[in-house]
Amino acid sequence: MSDVEERVKKIVVEHLGVEPDKVVDNANFIDDLGADSLDTVELVMAFEEEFGVEIPDDAAETIVTVGDAVRFLEKNKKS
Amino acid sequence: MFDLSGTAALVTGATGGLGGAIARALHAQGARVALSGTRRDALDALAAELGGDCPVLPCDLGDRGEVEGLVGRAEAALGSLDILVNNAGITRDGLAVRMRDEDWDRVLAVNLTSGFALARAALRGMMKRRHGRIIGITSVVGVTGNAGQANYAAAKAGMIGMSKSLAAEVASRGITVNCIAPGFIESPMTDALNEKQRSAILGSVPAGRLGTGAEIAAAAVYLASREAAYVTGQTLHVNGGMAMI
Repeated sequence: MSDVEERVKKIVVEHLGVEPDKVVDNANFIDDLGADSLDTVELVMAFEEEFGVEIPDDAAETIVTVGDAVRFLEKNKKS
Repeated sequence: MFDLSGTAALVTGATGGLGGAIARALHAQGARVALSGTRRDALDALAAELGGDCPVLPCDLGDRGEVEGLVGRAEAALGSLDILVNNAGITRDGLAVRMRDEDWDRVLAVNLTSGFALARAALRGMMKRRHGRIIGITSVVGVTGNAGQANYAAAKAGMIGMSKSLAAEVASRGITVNCIAPGFIESPMTDALNEKQRSAILGSVPAGRLGTGAEIAAAAVYLASREAAYVTGQTLHVNGGMAMI
């Protein structure tokens, strides 16, 4: 597991209170992990903080699965 | 009941009559209170009266840059922020046909826009901590309207709509967003009224007297308390019955 993947999964587990083994690459935050719309905003804010990036709304809309987040952050992270 | 020990609050407009009363009441219930306003000396005097443990944070709410930084300064000084009281307000009264753009803009900026910016900033930490209280001091005229106050009434009505929307967004995070709408309250402004003006005002108030800052502050203490956790998106009218809404 890459460093980014590990950090993303840790945030998702902590924030959504789900079992780590549910947080797989193709898990959809809303459909599979029980997030509501505010959860998804909070996750984006947590990713921004953790990785020192700004995630604009149009990019945030494309982040619907754990893998989407990992791929976006691997490409754009600053820390 | 209504114990606020261990909580941290920020009150804007704390040098005004209402803001000072709210700061005193929250402090008396055990909250640590950061005092914001434009007059440093008056803020320092209130902090001294309350016993030192109150960070003083001067801020011009008409200045977007200063507003953006205020919540961060409060969180740094207090270690956290549980209660935000958007109390600061100004008036630039005049009949609409003669109202200047700058009087409209300034009242909206200070009375409404700053309240949104402060709430948005405060919500970040409150959402993480799964607890928070945002209280807007609006006015009876935000609901009834008032000749000569198109700008002020618009800002106060805007605060009510904004608070309801925020309340819906963050209720699931243990955060409540409510308003208090005072009617006629004793203040230096009402002290300056002559007998005739005073009796005209009192004629519209079934309680037959003006309200006090302490009576508004008591409503703020309630809405800030854990006991009020199930009250959100509401406007509590404290007006001696002058408008029953």
